[in-house]
Amino acid sequence: MAPVAYFVRRFLFFLGTLWAAVTLNFLIPRLQPGDPAEAIVSRLAGQSESIDPAQVQAIRVMLGTPDGNLFDQYVQYLGAVLHGDFGISYTYFPYSVTHMIGQALPWTVILVGVTQIISFVVGTLLGTWAAYRRNSRVDSVITLGSTFLGTLPFFWLALLLVYVFAITLRWFPERGGYGGGSSPGWNWLFISDAFQHSVLPAVALLITGPIGWIIGMRNNMVQSLGEDHTRLAVARGLPRRRVAITYGARIAILPNVTGFAIALGGILGGTVLVETVFNYPGMGRLLLESVSSRDYPLMQAIFLFTTIGVLVANFLADLLYGFLDPRVRKVESV
Amino acid sequence: MSTPAPAVPAPGADTEGVQAAATAVARGTRLPGWFVILWRNRKCRIGILMLAAFVLVAVFAPLIAPYDPRDDAFPTSLGPTADHWLGTTAQGEDVFSQLVVGARTSLVVGLAAGVLSTLIGLVVGLTAGFVGGWVDEVLSFLINLGLVVPALPLMVTLAAYAPVRGLWLIIIVISVTGWAYGARIKRSQIITLRTRDYITAARFAGDRTARIIAREIVPNMTSLIVVGFMGAALGAIGGEAGLAFLGLGDPLTVSWGTMLNQASLGGAMLTGQWAWLIAPGLALSLLITSFTLINFGIDALSNPHLRED
Repeated sequence: MAPVAYFVRRFLFFLGTLWAAVTLNFLIPRLQPGDPAEAIVSRLAGQSESIDPAQVQAIRVMLGTPDGNLFDQYVQYLGAVLHGDFGISYTYFPYSVTHMIGQALPWTVILVGVTQIISFVVGTLLGTWAAYRRNSRVDSVITLGSTFLGTLPFFWLALLLVYVFAITLRWFPERGGYGGGSSPGWNWLFISDAFQHSVLPAVALLITGPIGWIIGMRNNMVQSLGEDHTRLAVARGLPRRRVAITYGARIAILPNVTGFAIALGGILGGTVLVETVFNYPGMGRLLLESVSSRDYPLMQAIFLFTTIGVLVANFLADLLYGFLDPRVRKVESV
Repeated sequence: MSTPAPAVPAPGADTEGVQAAATAVARGTRLPGWFVILWRNRKCRIGILMLAAFVLVAVFAPLIAPYDPRDDAFPTSLGPTADHWLGTTAQGEDVFSQLVVGARTSLVVGLAAGVLSTLIGLVVGLTAGFVGGWVDEVLSFLINLGLVVPALPLMVTLAAYAPVRGLWLIIIVISVTGWAYGARIKRSQIITLRTRDYITAARFAGDRTARIIAREIVPNMTSLIVVGFMGAALGAIGGEAGLAFLGLGDPLTVSWGTMLNQASLGGAMLTGQWAWLIAPGLALSLLITSFTLINFGIDALSNPHLRED
């Protein structure tokens, strides 16, 4: 397969998954029996006296109308999605769903982005070290330690962090993204405040974050160190450290690159839990809030945004992998 | 695969005697070979014992639990006392009884969702790998889609629409979102098995596809299926706990996730009820540990090089 064909294939896969995610988002609310939109509209009408026609329309577009067949609804829905029109949030009326997501997105992107880059670097370094000193005390401490930490439930660790460091010791604020005294903007007060609030959620993500990379990197590298080309390098009398880095680690890091993108979906799941524990104003908490207040348009849009984010990340990782490893451009991708 | 490993003395100091005993037991009672291999691995043995303890607690939960887990007739928000070993909840329920009954929920969800997603993965992976062609293209696309769609947000969305949130709904939601990883591994295993000589021989002998799959292929994938089941069960236990912690579990079922949810909402941290906060998470963590330890032994089952461990 020529190199171009690899990239074309990945792009087609990206488009396909994108379409599937959008369609899945369309189908999920329609899977339940009866007319979901009617049920929700009447439920909303029971909760508040004034219900805006725009809201009803938004719910209709997202959840379907009793009249008109499924195909017409689908076309209408696709049109709305293409225009970025996800309707009006019920809970945060009159704000649009897109506005609410725009508010929450930076919090999650910064929190997840920073912690995952740190996790990847730390995990890869520790995994390399463990493989370099394999079967030594360092190796068993790193491997067993990360296996043990990996068994601890994510959100439970987060709860314990709140209990110990926020409530008992009072070192860090207990919940939220920033304090009452500051307001979001490019000023020192807000940034330092937001940083303080993000320390505990970040620690919760960082305790378990590097584990996958440690294990993956160690196992890949132990394998690549046992291969013939590495033996040849050793036989040539190259320094041990150089063999480990340029012959072992360089090859072993490749699967971790695609692993990073695949893991992102799971990481976002963990972020939902961590954001809930810390009441952190990101996408995860917004998703849960929309679920508990039955804000279906908002919930649907968050699910779609999250999925598209993961798909884009996967596509970028595929492209990167194509450049890094010439072999995948030749072989039919699995 | 079913032949017991040669009785090589283990390098570990204390395992030698136990190993000899295990061999003797196996000879005496004719235990299956795979069990002997698992039992011989020290980490795996600890895992099996831990899991057995959890299963016993789950089976005899009503006998072990001192009170009904939903009985809220006790003083609220107590710390650990002689009557309530782990204290009481903000509603006045006994935390220890909830912990015991919660083991049941986790194991039932792990078993049911583990079996269900293993089955889905097996059917999809087998079909994709064995049939090939455009069927494989379509199924591989589905598998890759299932791998990248973020599972927890999907679970949350599915659970949010459900009119009744029973335990079975949770199990189905978890299985529907968690089958893809196993399917991918099974598919690639099938592709390597498909071209083996004995499969070709069976085909020339006139065996039908269904028979070839059932008699020739599946038996050669046993350890892969078991590992896949363990992984799926583990994911399901974590998924149930996560959903329940978010308040999206079955409201009628007591589980470790709902306990943590209520501990968090009921102000366990402010009243200093550390036992209420620590016990469910620790139980969850020990259950996950037992699965991880057993997996060490299953690795040895599929990779003979690890067996002397």
